[in-house]
Amino acid sequence: MGLDIRWPIGLMFTLIGGLLTLFGLVTRSKAELYEGSLGININLIWGVILLVFGLWMLIMAVRGSRKGGGS
Amino acid sequence: MTNVDLTWLDYSILAIYTLFVIGIGFALRKYMKSSSDFLTSGRSIPTWVTGLAFISANLGALELVGMAASGAKYGIATAHFYWVGAIPAMIFLAVFMMPFYYGSKARSVPEYLKMRFDERVRALNSIAFAVMTVFASGISMNALAKLLNQLLGWNYHAALWVCSAVVLVYVLKGGLTSAIYTEVLQFFMIVLGFAPVVYLGLKDLGGWGAMNQALEGVATNPGALHLKETGTTYAANAWSSAWQPLLAGPANNPMGVDIFAMVFGLGFVLSFGYWCTNFLVVQRAMAARNMTAARNTPIVAAVPKMLFPLLVIVPGMIAVALTSMPDKDYRIPPPIISDQVYTASAEVVRASGNLDTAAALSAVSKSMGRKMDQDKVATLVRDAGSLSDEEIKKGLYSAVAEYDYDGVILSLVKKYCPTGLLGLALTALLASFMSGMAGNVTAFNTVWTYDLYQAYLAPNKSDHHYFWMGQAATVVGILVSIGAAYFASLYNNAMDIIQLVFGFVNAPLFATFILAMFWVRTTGTGAFLGLFGGIGGSALFHALTIAQGNLPGVKGGYLWSLGNTEVPQTLQFPSEMAQNFWLASFAFIVCFVLTLGISLATKRTKTDEELKGLVYALTPKIKDEHAPWYSRPAVVGTILLLACLILNIVFW
Repeated sequence: MGLDIRWPIGLMFTLIGGLLTLFGLVTRSKAELYEGSLGININLIWGVILLVFGLWMLIMAVRGSRKGGGS
Repeated sequence: MTNVDLTWLDYSILAIYTLFVIGIGFALRKYMKSSSDFLTSGRSIPTWVTGLAFISANLGALELVGMAASGAKYGIATAHFYWVGAIPAMIFLAVFMMPFYYGSKARSVPEYLKMRFDERVRALNSIAFAVMTVFASGISMNALAKLLNQLLGWNYHAALWVCSAVVLVYVLKGGLTSAIYTEVLQFFMIVLGFAPVVYLGLKDLGGWGAMNQALEGVATNPGALHLKETGTTYAANAWSSAWQPLLAGPANNPMGVDIFAMVFGLGFVLSFGYWCTNFLVVQRAMAARNMTAARNTPIVAAVPKMLFPLLVIVPGMIAVALTSMPDKDYRIPPPIISDQVYTASAEVVRASGNLDTAAALSAVSKSMGRKMDQDKVATLVRDAGSLSDEEIKKGLYSAVAEYDYDGVILSLVKKYCPTGLLGLALTALLASFMSGMAGNVTAFNTVWTYDLYQAYLAPNKSDHHYFWMGQAATVVGILVSIGAAYFASLYNNAMDIIQLVFGFVNAPLFATFILAMFWVRTTGTGAFLGLFGGIGGSALFHALTIAQGNLPGVKGGYLWSLGNTEVPQTLQFPSEMAQNFWLASFAFIVCFVLTLGISLATKRTKTDEELKGLVYALTPKIKDEHAPWYSRPAVVGTILLLACLILNIVFW
């Protein structure tokens, strides 16, 4: 039905993942922020994972639309 | 204890999510042209989408919160709800039952019952279902809004109304399609939002093995953590293995359940009853684009469902393990106690210096209004002179010997998540809340419009009229759920009774369906009276039995207290869960036997021709031998059952 759900999922996670990655990069030196998360910069790591997932969904969506129709 | 501060980043993530779900609703608006587009998605959605929506609709906030709570209380045995319960039931639905639901062209589960039997059975089922959905939705909404209020300091009313408004907008714009599509988005949000919390928790503990080691310590002395009464002991693997404690009998596992209740009561009766007959989940499969897609929907859903215990149950186990390690500075949150009580109790601690240990404990417990840990209170009283008020309050917080298990998930999120990830995890929680609510609303509006309004109140109107009614029912359904949420927050006991009654109605249902689909001879009268008998049977069973430790009344056993006698030993169950599982088993058997007997005594009203496509023996078998193995439900279902078996063995 009209909408390929992979577009919104891909866009949303690319956006959120990008945001977390950027924030993680900017706060790399702020150790006190990551005390709770065992000293791991989890924003950076998880941001990249979300970004990759989002982009993968977008690629699948593009491939789907090239084949025509497939939703 | 303290509220967390969300930053712009957390709010941005929440805002992005909200914009996307509402956006999906608006994007689908132009496809909503008829009542069937709105209420049944016009049977047009691809399999992987309906499959993920199938589990997402069930993955409401209560499921997340409740499974973590059970993980803490009972350990890995909670996974039986998945590995004994849900997975086999979902595969049964796919292989055996879906052909009748989808093939009959019924628009809802109650409508199938009308085709198979008559209007009476449909009316009974649809009215019970409609009432139940809005109340269930209300109960879950109240629980979540309360949690957000207590643990994050959010405004209860705002949380309730804003979440409902978002769901209302996207369901109203895009109907069932919109609910299903957003459920897929929510599915990924929930998984990706909670996975890092589980990862950090396990890493903090030192890995899976270290967690099990800590849990073994807890199991041999659960009294130390106040998980059970002092003096209770279990074998070391009570929290960390799924089957051995169960096989050792109800006294040897924290659930207090025996093997029959687990396998027959939960695994067969309750799980098959829920997954195979509840329109909330079945509706997702019925929206698939063709028969193969419909049958594959529960199969696709079973794959992630099988792995969900890792995401939803393990957090509870992590919480218990952490609580048992003093250096981790974590405890399962206590029931919410107001700051005034803490302040007043800190005064009591200071004033108790000259009392003996027992008197000090009782004074502090009385002031806190809770059971308190004796040793911790004694230390606190001894050291009070050198501590600040804040430190005493912190000490009191850690000394409360009661747990609010529903707070486990949020407390772990608060412990591990820095701003950013915090926003993501909270968004995941809200996403689960919305997916559950949208699931309820879309099931409600369809049953109301097609099975009650069109069937009894206003037949033969134009499709445009029913389309309008579907939208109106969406609005009314959400408003009534909000009302039910407020009702639940005011009258907790009334809500317990309502849930109890739902339990009575649901327990026998699977007996009706299995006889409907697999025995041609089942008659409408048999099904109708059998269902009533089953409901009555569960009410009677409840009135006569009780769980040890409960007082006769809402929890059962009240018929005996009317006669001023104790509940006989044989009718006492070791736990409420065991009582529930046995109740379901009993109701199933009563309904099964009655339906069978009455059907034999009454005349069939439907001919073989009318029952074609509705009953197993009269329906041409689906031939899919030529299809590739991966699109054949029976083949993939068998593989999944084997995988499930392996999981059971691994966690034996």
